[in-house]
Amino acid sequence: MKGIETQQQTVFRMEEVSKTYQMGEVKVRALKSINLELEEGELIVLLGPSGSGKSTLLNILGGLDVPTEGRVWFKGRNLTKASDADLTRFRRECVGFVFQFYNLIPSLTARENVALVTEIAVHPMRPREALGLVGLDERLDHFPAQLSGGEQQRVAIARAIAKRPQVLLCDEPTGALDFQTGKRVLEAIELVNKELGTTTAIITHNAGIAAMADKVITMRSGEITDIQRNLVKVKPSQLEW
Amino acid sequence: MNSLDRKLFRDLLRQWGQLIAIALVVSCGIASFVMSLSAYDSLKFTKTTYYNQYRFAEVFASLKRAPETLSDRITEIPGVGQVQTRIVVDVILDVPEKEQPATGRMISLPSQQHPMLNDIYIRRGRYIEAGRGDEVLVSESFAKANNLKLEDTLGAVINGRWQKLRIVGIAISPEYIYEVRGGASLFPDNERFGILWMEREALATAFDMDGAFNNVTLTLSRGASEQNVIDRLDRILERYGGLGAYPREDQLSNHIVDGEIKELEGMTTVIPTLFLAIAAFLLHVVLSRLIATQREQIAILKAFGYTKAAIGFHYLKFVMAIVLFGATLGTILGLWMGKGLTELYAEFLRFPIFRYNADWRVVFGAIAISIFGAIVGGLGSVYKAVSLPPAVAMRPEPPPEFKPTLIERWGLQNLFSPAGRIILRNLERKPLQASLSILGIALAVAILITGRYFEDAVTYLVDVQFRHVQREDVTIVFNEPRPARTRYEVAKLPGVVQSEVFRSVPAKLRFQHYQHRSGLTGIQANAELLRLVDRSLNTVNLPADGVVLTKKLAEILHVQPGDVLTVEVLEADRPVRSIPVVGLVDELMGLSAYMEINALNKLMREGQTISGAYLRVDANLANKLYTRLKEIPAVAAFTTRQAALDSFNEISGKNMRVMTFILVIFASIITFSVVYNSARIALSERSRELASLRILGFTRAEIAFILLGEQAILILLAIPIGFLLGYGFAAYMSWTYNQELFRLPLIITRSAYAFTFLVVSIASVISGFIIRRQLNNLDLIAVLKTRE
Ligand SMILES: Nc1ncnc2c1ncn2[C@@H]1O[C@H](COP(=O)(O)OP(=O)(O)O)[C@@H](O)[C@H]1O
Ligand SMILES: [Mg+2]
Repeated sequence: MKGIETQQQTVFRMEEVSKTYQMGEVKVRALKSINLELEEGELIVLLGPSGSGKSTLLNILGGLDVPTEGRVWFKGRNLTKASDADLTRFRRECVGFVFQFYNLIPSLTARENVALVTEIAVHPMRPREALGLVGLDERLDHFPAQLSGGEQQRVAIARAIAKRPQVLLCDEPTGALDFQTGKRVLEAIELVNKELGTTTAIITHNAGIAAMADKVITMRSGEITDIQRNLVKVKPSQLEW
Repeated sequence: MNSLDRKLFRDLLRQWGQLIAIALVVSCGIASFVMSLSAYDSLKFTKTTYYNQYRFAEVFASLKRAPETLSDRITEIPGVGQVQTRIVVDVILDVPEKEQPATGRMISLPSQQHPMLNDIYIRRGRYIEAGRGDEVLVSESFAKANNLKLEDTLGAVINGRWQKLRIVGIAISPEYIYEVRGGASLFPDNERFGILWMEREALATAFDMDGAFNNVTLTLSRGASEQNVIDRLDRILERYGGLGAYPREDQLSNHIVDGEIKELEGMTTVIPTLFLAIAAFLLHVVLSRLIATQREQIAILKAFGYTKAAIGFHYLKFVMAIVLFGATLGTILGLWMGKGLTELYAEFLRFPIFRYNADWRVVFGAIAISIFGAIVGGLGSVYKAVSLPPAVAMRPEPPPEFKPTLIERWGLQNLFSPAGRIILRNLERKPLQASLSILGIALAVAILITGRYFEDAVTYLVDVQFRHVQREDVTIVFNEPRPARTRYEVAKLPGVVQSEVFRSVPAKLRFQHYQHRSGLTGIQANAELLRLVDRSLNTVNLPADGVVLTKKLAEILHVQPGDVLTVEVLEADRPVRSIPVVGLVDELMGLSAYMEINALNKLMREGQTISGAYLRVDANLANKLYTRLKEIPAVAAFTTRQAALDSFNEISGKNMRVMTFILVIFASIITFSVVYNSARIALSERSRELASLRILGFTRAEIAFILLGEQAILILLAIPIGFLLGYGFAAYMSWTYNQELFRLPLIITRSAYAFTFLVVSIASVISGFIIRRQLNNLDLIAVLKTRE
């Protein structure tokens, strides 16, 4: 992490990105000509009402989906030209995902859920270390069904960061959680962002969370309506919503 | 173990009940494959080894009498390897403590050393000693059936003279693995027919065969043309009353042994294929369901960079694990059963050697076909899993689409309760899965029908042959043709209530380039003790001229009524004549060509002559008759219908019962597995819906009705389809069992249908019961909490 503060490097660049879904006879335009740049080490919050295209945008960034039009670069790598196998390698090496419903493998323990990812990563942490970072070193051998929602989501975060990804993409990580639990999860994300310098994007439709971001992007009907930089970042523990 | 394998392991454990059921289906298939193939290989190998070690001949011929010098001319035929001339005669035997006389086939042995061909294996005792004309070796089956021991004596009328024969050894021979007399008796009757080996000189003296022979067998040299040798041999023997040479393939004992072994070969393909097809279908169903419930897990794996290949392989391993477990179990079971079966056969066939060899081909074959089954069963769903785009997989599956069903379109919905409507809509929504379930159960039904078919067809065959066609109690055959007036002597024998005479003549029947070496049988036009019947068991009239053929013989010769056959008689003056085919009969055993007895006499240009008689006997006086028959030198052979029937039942009956038992177990496993799996999957797919119904106030019985009612409908639909399918299999079996020796008619009794229905119902009820118990344990809260 050389000189992050001074000369920030562009991690993601999107040019004229559109995504159209064909739903029977109707076309749904989930993204309309999006232009966007994300810098290394930034914590970004994506705001917007349900159906505004946040998930679609994040999925395209993470290589889970490809745009119908436009180009996407990740550090000079053209993701729009990448093959399926290239995208798989990109996800394996560079991206960590956290989803609203945790999506842990129910038949694997917390430690094994993390190991699932570390086993195929290049320079991973040990699962125990990753779970330690999110404060779960006591719950290593519990199955998802034996954990609370917040704990499950923290396992999901541990799983996402264990490979030391360059970007961490979180789709409504607090959506299924109550206020207090949500805050603990956000603290874990922030910690990763700060300690590991991972470029992080958090989707939420909860405007209160925006205060912890470096950059807040607001979307509506498939378009970016606003990009704001926070001069002062609030710690997750002090967030209110 | 990596985490993905750990997941696999736990996924397997979680569904163990279903998976074991599938593995059992696989193991049944593999077990039957390994069992039948290894037994088939082993028996073939054992048989070949036996034949080679004991120098079993390759061409056989009987004749009236030829000087020994002829043997050199036979040896000179190009393609002939070794030649063994013999004297072979059938005599009536008096067995100690037996009322009925038996027929002994006396075969000459060289007194100095073992014969060059058709050697014997001595189980007990010793070889005959030179110059001891009263010493005989007795075949093991005959000895066993009659409790004969070394040093026992047998009485025999040898060429008109009463003689005592001393048993010095018990032996077996590759030529008489099945001791069948031939002619009309095609099944062994070890109590009343056996082989006796005796010194050639003694036999020659007794039968006026000094320096002569009446039977010759030979081997072929490498690359020789069998047919050429047979033709040349026939020409040489023609002058000496040759009855037509025939190859090993047509040698009766070998023919039956090959038939038995071939039956095993048939089992190596049909049954395992059925099982693996069903297993593949079950795997498909279970795996599709598993993948449907793990959509999000698959998406997560993809999001974190697991490759398609890794995910595909993960699910393929899931099916492999089940299949390989089943295959291992099946292979072990199959090897064990195969060894047992081979032993059983080898003992039954009295092979002196026994080799069970299940080579790597069998085991690898089993594993290969099971893996093939797994791939066929798993491929579709695995492909679906890997091609699911990760972003889409994260979104919940859209709710299933329900359209108005046929019932609604026909406006019949008011006929059904809400529960009934749920059942019908579900069936209509998943037509493919429903049809596959139906097919699976139908196959089980068909397997049962096929199993029962064998039993019923054989029962019918026995009934036709031994009650409708053969109606005599005793058949006697003279050692040579007798004048017609002998019939009055026969009629006067003690206990004879009714007697009918017959004339049988060895002959070759020819039509165009088709030919068959069988005989002509002349019977009385109004015969009652041997009836000619058609398919519906109506009596077929025997015209005063022309020949009536068994339908199978007509098939072999490619003739129809109206065609003219060429008949080449192999006896007396060996006339060659043309005779029209005037009718066909539907006999199920053997091949016959019947003529009116006078017409046959005319064809032979002989006076009224007979070869034997069918007798109806007063049971109370039967013993007297038997005693008398033993003393008549002119009687060469003697059979009773009851003995033939018993022997046939003994041979076929035991096999049939074992087969039926195995098939019932197999079919029950299939039915259970199909019903249990489809109900389990319905339960998993719809536990939310069922729990919601419970919360709305439906009772346990009502939701059980919804779930199991669906299965019940599938079973009810499957049963008639299975009946049809089973009928088809039976028709196929009947077609393959259309052989010279016997033919299985296409008969499926009502009791076979009822039996099948019962077995399938019981298997279904048991699986329904287990599901019902699981349904009672449905955790309402937990089910509703799960997100889908
Ligand atoms: N796989 C899909 N098929 C069809 N329409 C989709 C699909 N994914 C998203 N959409 C549609 O695209 C739009 C944007 O969706 P999404 O990006 O999920 O919104 P958000 O995450 O902001 O709620 C919505 O109208 C949604 O219905
Ligand atoms: Mg979303």
